[in-house]
Amino acid sequence: MNYDNILNEKIQGIKPSGIRKFFDILEEMTDAISLGIGEPDFVTPWHIRDAGIYSLERGHTKYTSNAGMLQLRREIAAYLNRRFDLQYDYNGQILVTVGGSEAIDLALRVLVNPGDEVIVPVPSFVCYGPLAEMAGGVPKYIELKAEDQFRLTPEQLRAAITDKTKVLVLPFPSNPTGGIMERRDLEAIAEVLRGTDIMVISDEIYAELTYGQRHVSLANLTDMYERTVVVNGFSKSHAMTGWRMGYVCAPKPIIAAMTKLHQFGIMSAPTTSQYAAVEAMRNGDGDIEHMREEYDRRRRYLVENLNRIGLSCFEPKGAFYVFPDIRSTGLTSEEFCERFLMEEKVAVIPGNAFGPGGEGFVRACYAASMKDIAESIARMDNFLANLRRKQGREG
Amino acid sequence: MEKLLELLEQDCTMSTAQLAAAAGVPEAEAKAAIKKYEDERVILGYQAIIDWDRVRKETVTALIEVNVTPQSIDGFDRIAERIYQYDEVESMYLMSGSFDLAIIISGRTLREVAMFVGDRLSTIQGVTGTATHFILRKYKEKHLVFRPQEPEEREYIFV
Repeated sequence: MNYDNILNEKIQGIKPSGIRKFFDILEEMTDAISLGIGEPDFVTPWHIRDAGIYSLERGHTKYTSNAGMLQLRREIAAYLNRRFDLQYDYNGQILVTVGGSEAIDLALRVLVNPGDEVIVPVPSFVCYGPLAEMAGGVPKYIELKAEDQFRLTPEQLRAAITDKTKVLVLPFPSNPTGGIMERRDLEAIAEVLRGTDIMVISDEIYAELTYGQRHVSLANLTDMYERTVVVNGFSKSHAMTGWRMGYVCAPKPIIAAMTKLHQFGIMSAPTTSQYAAVEAMRNGDGDIEHMREEYDRRRRYLVENLNRIGLSCFEPKGAFYVFPDIRSTGLTSEEFCERFLMEEKVAVIPGNAFGPGGEGFVRACYAASMKDIAESIARMDNFLANLRRKQGREG
Repeated sequence: MEKLLELLEQDCTMSTAQLAAAAGVPEAEAKAAIKKYEDERVILGYQAIIDWDRVRKETVTALIEVNVTPQSIDGFDRIAERIYQYDEVESMYLMSGSFDLAIIISGRTLREVAMFVGDRLSTIQGVTGTATHFILRKYKEKHLVFRPQEPEEREYIFV
């Protein structure tokens, strides 16, 4: 059988990530350090795991309602109000999903008509473009600039908008840059959006991980609530990646459409995970603070030392990534990462994996032990010194 | 500067530069603060936590409850001092509840521990009774879990 004729054309057009080859090398290596994976290094706090276990002991093994357990939706509504001053009705404005990723997929599929343009700022997490394409949309990329601290500027947005623009993806705090959008930055974006019918998918999965100021959701701004789909989840805030727990909040007609699709494709998010998530919402705020403080220590150390050893690095104020500029080495992002991995056995991710705007940068995740981070810095220092020596000889 | 103490309590092998960056203070300031803490014996020392069971064939740790008659002038302190001067005593605490002092001692053998209790501890003036509990297995100490490293199945995904 010729599967090329059988498989959907769009999925065939989507290229698999080139990152896999790094991970293949890494998996074979002993004593390698990985700053490559964007995942908390913490285990889910015990009281949350215990709540999941207890739900199993009690025999809670059936489907929940499509939108997610009532008590969980209530807790999410209370949490969003408490932490981000967002008002969502647990009855009809909140859908519990299988991770934030499902929420992004659903949102794009219920919003996009064939040929609609979806604006995606890059570098950013890799899913938006492909999911927009599978939904029939046409991704339009905006290259964020290091000199803007990888924020989306109103000028860039205005230039990207056409009469086909349907959706703007707003991925802040950002994976991979660590950039954030402060209230004044969002105000400027809101000004561009007012008077249009453009919808915004605001991926706020890193909302709890900001340093120095609280995250502001676009939905908080005047006139923005009605056009904003807020995507969030438990993976990053409560170190619950494997539980696959996300949620999405939006005006009722949008959540109703998403729930329709969710009930056919998923039925309901995993029940055990939902019970654990209830506990996370009720008694997990302290865990969030504790983890954020830990990440912050590592962040400060990493930024200071990257700059010290000669890789300029703007101060990331969100998520758990640093995105140093490697252009001074004369290498491409991929060359840099491949040589760094082969010579010093440390994995970081080439910036171009996150879209065109990422070339010339690499992503290092500091959700790793201080020991590994310190060792990585030492190895990076060594790597750069060797590189300069070699380049000096060649030059 | 309490942040420095928290960081050191977690991992005292961090360099001053690392500690300073993590605490968000200049390195010279961190260095001076640590020196001051050491001088004032806020920081008592730096030790490793070792799972001896995985190295030695036999090693014994016991928790001993001790009842004493407090001395009139110095209360419990004087008698406590007479006890903790012995090198065998690893930790010692004054307790509320049904006994007065809790002592943790380590020895190479059961006999060694028993001899210490019988010959040394019980004969100290003011000690009125002891009860020795041998520790059968250590699960956790100072937030660290006694468990050999499990072989890690490494699978990487791109997120």
